[in-house]
Amino acid sequence: MRIMLENLTKRFGTVVGVDDITLAVEDGEFVAFLGPSGCGKTTTLLMVAGIYKPTAGIIRFGERVVNQVPPKDRNIGMVFQSYALYPHMTVFGNMSYPLKLKKVSKEEQMLRVQEVADKMGIGDLLDRRPGQLSGGQQQRVALGRALVKQPDVLLFDEPLSNLDARLRLSMRGEIKHLQKELGITAIYVTHDQVEALTMADRIAVMNRGRLEAFDAPDDLYDRPKTLFIAGFVGNPPMNFLEVEVCQENGAFYAVNQGLRAQVPPERGEPAARRGGRVILGVRPEDVTLADAGEVRGSVFLVEPLGRDDLLDVHLDAANRLNVLADPAAHIRAGDTVTLSLNMQRAQFFDPQTEQSLLWR
Amino acid sequence: MAYATQMAPAGARSRSQAARARLTAYGFLAPAGVLVLFFFFIPMILILFLSITNLATTNFTTDVLKMATSQDPRYIVWGDNFERMFADAYAPKILFNTFFYVLSTLLLFNVGLGLIISLLTTHINRRAGFFFRALWILPRITSPAVYILMWKRIVASSPFGILNQFNELLGRPEANYFQGDPWVFIVMLNGFIGASFGMIIFTSAIESIPKDLLNASLVDGSSLLQRVRHVILPLLRWPLLFVITYQTLSLLTSFEYILLFNQGGAASNNEVWSLAAYNRALNTYFANAQWGYGSAFAVVLVIIGVVMATVYMRVFRFGELVAEPKIEVL
Repeated sequence: MRIMLENLTKRFGTVVGVDDITLAVEDGEFVAFLGPSGCGKTTTLLMVAGIYKPTAGIIRFGERVVNQVPPKDRNIGMVFQSYALYPHMTVFGNMSYPLKLKKVSKEEQMLRVQEVADKMGIGDLLDRRPGQLSGGQQQRVALGRALVKQPDVLLFDEPLSNLDARLRLSMRGEIKHLQKELGITAIYVTHDQVEALTMADRIAVMNRGRLEAFDAPDDLYDRPKTLFIAGFVGNPPMNFLEVEVCQENGAFYAVNQGLRAQVPPERGEPAARRGGRVILGVRPEDVTLADAGEVRGSVFLVEPLGRDDLLDVHLDAANRLNVLADPAAHIRAGDTVTLSLNMQRAQFFDPQTEQSLLWR
Repeated sequence: MAYATQMAPAGARSRSQAARARLTAYGFLAPAGVLVLFFFFIPMILILFLSITNLATTNFTTDVLKMATSQDPRYIVWGDNFERMFADAYAPKILFNTFFYVLSTLLLFNVGLGLIISLLTTHINRRAGFFFRALWILPRITSPAVYILMWKRIVASSPFGILNQFNELLGRPEANYFQGDPWVFIVMLNGFIGASFGMIIFTSAIESIPKDLLNASLVDGSSLLQRVRHVILPLLRWPLLFVITYQTLSLLTSFEYILLFNQGGAASNNEVWSLAAYNRALNTYFANAQWGYGSAFAVVLVIIGVVMATVYMRVFRFGELVAEPKIEVL
C-alpha cells in the first residue's frame, strides 16, 4: 500500500504540531520518522492511523483519500511504546481481538493467532495475561496483535524505547526482517537515530513540525542537506567550526586562527563562492591523530567507548573537536595533540540559512 | 559456640527492629482506628444495648446501671422489641420498600446514570465535558432542605406546581403527584444527587486509562461503542465495585430526603427501613419517642449492611483486585 501525505498540517489551537508535510511512502517500503521529542513525528503517525484528523492537507492510501476514514476501516496494525496490551485479556484475547472485531470465525481466529504467535516465539504463552509477561514478551504480543489482522500498513510508535539495550538490538533485527518478509508498508517513529539508520529504507527527519529531509540513511549521513540533520544524525555528533574558504593558486583552503586545511575543489568551490564565514562540518571519525596534522589542541576529556576513545579536544577558547582515537594511543586528558581533518568528507553550511552549500 | 554468641546480638537487634516497624504501622493506623471505634463500634454497642430495652420518653433515664438492674420499672425486655418488630404489620412493606428504593436508585442513577454521564462527558470536548459534570454536582452541593423545597414546588398542585402548569398548558387534567406514585420522584430526587458520586469516580478512572490503550482499540478495529464495551468497562471493574458497595450502604442508611419530601407517605407507602428506625425512635406522632424499639430497627439495618458488604467483597473477589501483580512490568 502506497501512502501519500500531501501538505499535511495539524494544529492544536494555536500550536502547530505538524507543518505542511509532503512525502510518499512506497509500497512495501520501511520509512522512519526521526526527530527530537515534540517534532511532530508521533502526531503525523496518529494522523496516518486516523486517531487525529488533519487540520489541512490530504492523506492517501493508494489512490483513496482517507482523511475522513475512521481507524477501524483503514486496515492498519500499530505497535505502541507502552505495548498497550489489554490487561484484562489473555495473550490469545489480545491477539485475536482485531479478528473478533472483523467477525472472523472462532476456528480461524485460533489458527491465525497460533500461526503468528509461533512465528513470534510466544506460542506457548497464549493463556497468560500481559501482567505475567516480561517486557520483551509483551512487545512480541503487541507486534503479533498488529500482524494477525494482515494489515496493509504497519505503524510503529517508538516500539523499542521501553526495552533494555540487548533486547532492543535483537528486536530491531527481528522487526526489520519480518517487515521485509511480509512486504508490508511500514512507518516507524523514533527519536533514536541508530534505530532509524539501521532499520529504515528511507528516513524522514522532522524538526519543529517540519520535514527537514527525506532520504536514504547513507545520503543523510554523507550528504546532509541542513545543519540540523548534520548535527542530529550521527553519534558522536558532527563537529562544526567557523572557517573562511579561500582559493590560492588553484587550490582551496579552509582557514581560521589555528587551522589551514586544503579542501578538494568539488567541495571547496561552492564554499568559496558563498564567501565570508561558513560552517565547516567534520565527523569525529574523519579527524585523526597525526604528527603532521593541520590543527593543534589540548585534550580536555577522554571517554573510553571500548572500540574507540572519544576525545574532547579544545583548539582555543571557542573551538573544540570531538575525535575518535585508537585506545592504543593512550591519550590522556591534558595532552597536546595534532590532528588531521579528512577534508574529502568535509561539509559546508551557510551560517544564515543553515542549508548545505554542497547538497540541494 | 563462637558462632552462636556472634549471632545472638544480631538476632536481638532484628527482633527489636521488627517490633519498632510494627509499632510504626499501628501508629499510622491509629487515627482511623480511633474514628471507627468511636463512631462505629461504640454506637453499635449502644444500639445493641438499647434494642433490648424499652427506653422511651415515658420511662426516660440516663442511668445505665439502673437500666441494667432495675426490676420496677423494668428496662431490660430482651427480645420483646424484635418480636414486636416482626409482628409489625408494616414491617414487610417497609423491608420491600427499602430494597426497591436502594436497588432502583443504585442501578438507574448512582451507577447507571453516573456511568453514562462520565462516558459521554469524556468523549466530548474537554471543556464542555467539565461544564456538564459541574452541572451534575449542583444537586449535591445544594442544602437538602432547599433541594427538597424545589422538588416540592415541581410536583405541587395547581397553580403552584411546575409540572401541573405544563399539564394545564397541554390541556391535561391536574395530577396529584403525592397521591399517585411518589416513588418515581423519590428515586429521581435521590438519584440526581447520587449520580454525581459515581460520575466523579468513573470519570477519573476513564481519564486514567492510558491513551495508547484507547488508541490501540480503535486501530484494532473497534467502534467507539465497542471500545466502551470491550476495553473501558472491563477496566472500570474496581471503581464499579467501589461505587456499588459504597452507594448500596449509603442508600441503605439514607432517609433524610424522603423524610423532608413526604415523611414516608401515607400508610408507610414510601417508608424505608432507616426512616422507620428514625420514626420509631425519635419522631412519633404522640411525641412518645421509643428509643428501644427504634434501636431494634437500627440493629437489623446494621446486620443487612454487614452481610451485603461481605457478599460484595466475595462476588467481586476483592482480595484478587488488591493483590500485587506477579511480575514487575517495565
